[in-house]
Amino acid sequence: MHELSVCQGLLDQVAGIARQHQATGVKLIRLRIGPLSGVEPQLLERAFPLASAGTIAEHAALAIETLAVRVRCETCGAETDAAANRLLCGACGDWHTKLVSGDELLLVSVELTTVAWQEVSSAH
Amino acid sequence: MCNTCGCNVTPGNAQLAQQKDANGESALTLLENLLSANDRTAAHNRAHFDEHGVLAVNLMSSPGAGKTALLEATIDALKNEFRLAVIEGDLETENDAARIRRHGVLAHQITTGSACHLDAHMVHTALHHVPLAGLDILFIENVGNLVCPASFDLGQHRNVVLLSVTEGDDKPAKYPVMFRAADLLLLTKTDLLPVLDDFSPERAEGFLRALANPAPILRLSARKNLGLDGWLDWLRTGVRARKQQAAVRQAQSPLARPAMASKPAMDSVQRFQRVDHSA
Repeated sequence: MHELSVCQGLLDQVAGIARQHQATGVKLIRLRIGPLSGVEPQLLERAFPLASAGTIAEHAALAIETLAVRVRCETCGAETDAAANRLLCGACGDWHTKLVSGDELLLVSVELTTVAWQEVSSAH
Repeated sequence: MCNTCGCNVTPGNAQLAQQKDANGESALTLLENLLSANDRTAAHNRAHFDEHGVLAVNLMSSPGAGKTALLEATIDALKNEFRLAVIEGDLETENDAARIRRHGVLAHQITTGSACHLDAHMVHTALHHVPLAGLDILFIENVGNLVCPASFDLGQHRNVVLLSVTEGDDKPAKYPVMFRAADLLLLTKTDLLPVLDDFSPERAEGFLRALANPAPILRLSARKNLGLDGWLDWLRTGVRARKQQAAVRQAQSPLARPAMASKPAMDSVQRFQRVDHSA
């Protein structure tokens, strides 16, 4: 399964951002993953502790938001829910649709614990 | 404006992208593609292909659907017309590269070990062994797998997915991510259709269309040399398009080309540096 490589890519990204901001730790990582992204959120959650051990994100919580599959019909213009393997228009049944959401594979945000603040606070 | 590279973070909303709260924790809004490192390398690979006017075709299917057999038949049909090369992806063995080399074409084997897919970095490394100058088509035969290869952009121009008629005709419904990515669907081993009463090409097409995919569907048998003409014409059209685009690029901005090929894409760290300054 490729979730481990996706997870390692994610951790490289997060580590780069943490370095840039001189963070001492990563508290929270928010992801958005659609059913048509090809990545299984549950497998990613299971891979995360293995991949993050010994990295700056070792103690980070992983929050994964999944979006519904939605399509917009190019024939009738309706926007409807769809199943991942049946992207037909829910209104007229045509297959000429465009995906509105459902294939996201995004790093939405990270929450960092920063050195800068600790320096400021010790000066107080 | 996209949601993958961070270009949606502007000076106007940068303060929303970086908020430091009272507890010394800073929250960064990123909206970056999770595979951005892979995608940057893929874009770099594509820039190399475009610079040389090479058509890069990514072949994906289950193991045993006939990717290598298709390449052998394709090479025999086109090797006097085009200059071809092949990158082979397998977990182990040089067997497929050896098969290709017997047809007189350069083949580089990537053995992935336990990795179930090729990624852009593997292809980039392989490109050091595949001279692109003078090449017309580079085939990348991905690891036989209908799941993972679909998630990784390699820098290819076209995805070709093979579905052999010895498999179920409902494969597109079972593996929607893979079949949604197909620019061309090849039904292979169709010489066996008369003895396989449970595979309906029409049903397979119905399942592909249900994924809102308008990709053309061609039927062929590489072993029996049947129905290859449509596939070969599809390749010829692709090669012509790449050559035309390469000519246009050369005419438009001869100075921009080398810079684009050698300069790595700006990474997220640099982007945030810029945001910090403007904020």
